Amino acid sequence: MTRKIAAAALATLVAGVLWSGLVVRADEFTKKDLERWDKEYMSVVQKGRELWTSPDLGTNGVACAQCHPNAANTHPETYPKFQTQLGRVAALREMINWCIQQPLEGQPLALDDPKLIAMETYVAWERRGVAMAPGKH
Amino acid sequence: MPDNNRRDFLKGAGAVAAATTLPLSVVELAFADPAQNFTFAYISDSHIQHVKGTQFVRNWDRGLIRAVAETNLLTPKPDFVMFGGDLAQLGTKEELDHGAEMLAKLNYKTYMVMGEHDYYLDLGEYWSKLYGPHYYSFDHKGVHFVVLNSILTFDDWTYNRWPTAKQRMLEMAGLDNPNGSPFMVGDKQRQWLAKDLEKVDKATPLVVFSHSPIQKIYKGWNFWTDDAEQVQALLKPFAKATVIYGHVHQIQYNQIDNITFNSVMATAWPWPYPQSYAQAEQHLPKLTVPMNRANPFFERDATGWQFIDVATGKVAMKYNLYNNTNRVVAFDPATGKPLDSAFQDLAKQIPPQVHY
Repeated sequence: MTRKIAAAALATLVAGVLWSGLVVRADEFTKKDLERWDKEYMSVVQKGRELWTSPDLGTNGVACAQCHPNAANTHPETYPKFQTQLGRVAALREMINWCIQQPLEGQPLALDDPKLIAMETYVAWERRGVAMAPGKH
Repeated sequence: MPDNNRRDFLKGAGAVAAATTLPLSVVELAFADPAQNFTFAYISDSHIQHVKGTQFVRNWDRGLIRAVAETNLLTPKPDFVMFGGDLAQLGTKEELDHGAEMLAKLNYKTYMVMGEHDYYLDLGEYWSKLYGPHYYSFDHKGVHFVVLNSILTFDDWTYNRWPTAKQRMLEMAGLDNPNGSPFMVGDKQRQWLAKDLEKVDKATPLVVFSHSPIQKIYKGWNFWTDDAEQVQALLKPFAKATVIYGHVHQIQYNQIDNITFNSVMATAWPWPYPQSYAQAEQHLPKLTVPMNRANPFFERDATGWQFIDVATGKVAMKYNLYNNTNRVVAFDPATGKPLDSAFQDLAKQIPPQVHY
């Protein structure tokens, strides 16, 4: 099975190299590409917003937005940072999980769960324009 | 006016007071004749939230239960208690009943203010069955008190916009929901207020309670009352006018002409200051030195209580903040505005008061 996949991948790669040499250059993208990427990104922002305001993320009906309207007071630009309460440097998504477990009385999500990524995406979007400040308190 | 610090005021509260936040407000009104002085307590924004069956969100329940218990332990005893609105989260009978059951344990006469979370399911019908009229006034020991329902909005939004009452409630309950609508007192109530104030001597200290600020701070979260200026105009003839409001879940204070504005803390949870939303155009009063940024690892952090002296009819808020240094925001006759006694000077402000 693995060998089959590897063979298929190789074939695709070879075909891709040949094909791209003829048609697509890796360092070029079009306005249409930009529009598509933005659309993909914003759809995840939207998904994140839905989760952020959802009463169903935890078990008690409490939503993230109840304490963090527009994801304010989350400071995504400061992460990863030292969390005195955890005694170590933590990523933002770990803090989102902390909130899911405590005020929302829910189960933590896997750190690569698309839901968690979507919420992180939404939080960052609400913070757009703010300078990076890793480690800041 | 004796300096009622927390220790004096809460003697008898003992371990309960020491254990966690004191999420309520105590108001003391001081007059030339000390025999006339009296206090009242202020509890606000409990957001009792139904989960299912007999289950409610534990965190918010604890906030209100504690406030009620500590209010009952106050020494001297307050003459009455104000509740500043948002007893419920989604305005249901279950939430209002559960909240009422907790408030019923208060040993004092209790006056209620309407919040949007109490109102937009049935437009205050069940709340009225429990507590009576949505706006009213009363006199107590020489002070005229007015309670406004400041969370009304455009009729079209209230009556025509939403297919169900439940959806209407949910749309207004989301603080940052762009489908919400600005709060207002409205024509009818302002006419009532004008008439109510007509008969009051303009030297009488006037204290107005509302849920939303009767000033414009940030529209996106309804830290806002759309007809604020028109309400303020009715209060301006009074030499000593004070507005005390809830809704914002944080310390705010301001002076507009002769009107002093003070907010009270929530028992449920704190809210960010609007300047911490990078996309917001907001107008937090420049006077306000913010409360400390909340530490979520302390469940009751960034809630608190305050003494409010109205010595000579002007306000001194004494904030008692369990997890933070206590604050005093007092009207300063020299400058004619409320000032923080310790932190007003920028050089004296501390890092947790920086909100970004």
